[in-house]
Amino acid sequence: MQDESHPGDVVIRIRGLVNAFNGTVIHDHLDLDVYRGEVLGVVGGSGAGKSVLLRSIVGLNHPESGSIKVFGQETAEIESESLRGLQLRWGVLFQGGALFSSQTVAQNIQVPMRRWTHMGQDLMDELAAMKLALVGLPADTAHKYPSELSGGMTKRAGLARALALDPELLFLDEPTSGLDPISAAHFDELVRNLQQSLGLTVFMVTHDLDSLRAITDRIAVLVNKTIKVGTIETLVHDPDPWIHEYFCGERGRAALSEPAKCPA
Amino acid sequence: MRNLAPSIRIETPATVRLDWASRPPRLVLGGEWIVAEAARMDAALRALKYGDLSEVIIDGKSVTLLDSAGAWLILRAKRVLETGHVAVRDVILPEHYRTLFKTLEDEALAPEVVRARPFTIESYLERIGRSTVHVMRQTYDLVGFLGRVSIETWEAITSPRRELPFPAFIQQIEETGVTALPIVGMLAFLLGVVLTYQGADQLKRFGAQIYTIDFLGIGFLRELGGLVTAIIIAGRSGSAFTAQIGTMRVNEETDAMETIGLNIAEILVLPRVLGLMVALPLLTFYADIVGLIGGMVMTYFDLGITFPAFMRELESAITLKTLLVGLVKAPVFAFVIALVGCFEGLRVERNAASVGRLTTRSVVEAIFLIIALDAGFSVVFSLIGF
Repeated sequence: MQDESHPGDVVIRIRGLVNAFNGTVIHDHLDLDVYRGEVLGVVGGSGAGKSVLLRSIVGLNHPESGSIKVFGQETAEIESESLRGLQLRWGVLFQGGALFSSQTVAQNIQVPMRRWTHMGQDLMDELAAMKLALVGLPADTAHKYPSELSGGMTKRAGLARALALDPELLFLDEPTSGLDPISAAHFDELVRNLQQSLGLTVFMVTHDLDSLRAITDRIAVLVNKTIKVGTIETLVHDPDPWIHEYFCGERGRAALSEPAKCPA
Repeated sequence: MRNLAPSIRIETPATVRLDWASRPPRLVLGGEWIVAEAARMDAALRALKYGDLSEVIIDGKSVTLLDSAGAWLILRAKRVLETGHVAVRDVILPEHYRTLFKTLEDEALAPEVVRARPFTIESYLERIGRSTVHVMRQTYDLVGFLGRVSIETWEAITSPRRELPFPAFIQQIEETGVTALPIVGMLAFLLGVVLTYQGADQLKRFGAQIYTIDFLGIGFLRELGGLVTAIIIAGRSGSAFTAQIGTMRVNEETDAMETIGLNIAEILVLPRVLGLMVALPLLTFYADIVGLIGGMVMTYFDLGITFPAFMRELESAITLKTLLVGLVKAPVFAFVIALVGCFEGLRVERNAASVGRLTTRSVVEAIFLIIALDAGFSVVFSLIGF
């Protein structure tokens, strides 16, 4: 964003990450760099550990070994002290929205504002209304409770909360699943806009091939307990059968028709 | 974690001033227009005096950092000026922030701030009205459910046209009856001890301590044994019914059953109702016996009445009728507990929060109904001279 922002600046640096549950290894010495200002799409089969990777980065899951640095701060350690101050520099949209059920949507959006700033209630109400408009929710959603929202609305409200403090780094866990294609396209456009104007870095777990094509700069594929990073153009030539099937199968070809040429 | 002061680093604080010298006048913005500065800039913008301004250029050339909160404040200033009939000739922003500003301008066309309605007498009355209607509707639904379950139960007992879910029925007896033995026994024993102690304390003053046994026998068998057991089971099994069925609602299991053509009342409700109607009378009988043992132990230590003396006095104080009056209420209590538990469970919506809310409500309703019914039984028994 400021002077220190030049391409190639590493926001998330993962080295030798190992995650295992009940003896099943999910990530085996995984390395990944996420650069400032890029949109990284993360894909992988069910159970490949996409969400676990996201949870490890934000410090919700403590890996067996390895190092994860976000803005240079270690998040893989057990001590929550090391996370201090990071929470206002990132925003997380969970898969189910994860709205606080006892609070209205507006209050949900204001939770990060209350925690980290000293704004008055009027200004917070205005900003909450603005965020709602940004994510495409009608103004009267502000005083609804999460239980009164549909799945898609919950997701947008969750996004509004993740964006409450205009974080530098945005984590999105399957953001467009459950949205209709038009809303999903709007959502992609919104993420792209914010990303460009704020120099936002986006870490997006997704299965939406349209999103992948529309807004990601690079794609990380979780396959065989490790990760392969590239662009659509380079990944279509990857020898791995899962990656080939993903990008060059029926659905992949339909979404990616023109630019990427699948090898015959 | 302590609530620390905001730790968003600000390198160049945001500024705003009105430059009257240039033609047209300029609203000059500079520095970092970000959320951390929003409160300060909000006040600064509101404090500006526009006087007889007729046209203006918003000049944000020297804005070094802009986020959506800052962009919103600039956009709001622009709109405030426009509604005050000041022509905003241009909004100048660094190239890379124009997209953000334009997005906000297009998407957030006057985002209307909807405020929660203030708390007034009217809203209070409205709430009373709403909850009254709600309670009446709930009662109506419960009576409807009662009818449905009664018919199903009757048919299941009299003309079993289909295979009863027999294993589920046995399982319910075990879950609600057998596993409740320790807690029910413990509480009944303690209750017997306490009652005896208090009764003996009072009756000793009249030298009538032997009547402690009459008091205990009649009080426990007729009323307390059944009532306490029913209340424990309402808290233990009624809540479990609501939580089990409610969780199935959240998982859409009940919807799946309906689409397959299974009868929910038969599969989920009937085994619970019938199981509890068998288990609760047995538990009540068990509680009666254990409670009397508790009293017997206490009379021995407190009054020095031996066990054979206790039994002789008890035999003269109570009849079979005393026991039956207590026991006959148990199946009715069981029916109510299971009915309310299942009814509330089936009302759970598809979110986890409603499971908790309705489980609480199911226990409260069941206990309320048990005590109300018990009072009704007392009246009826005294009318027919029992």
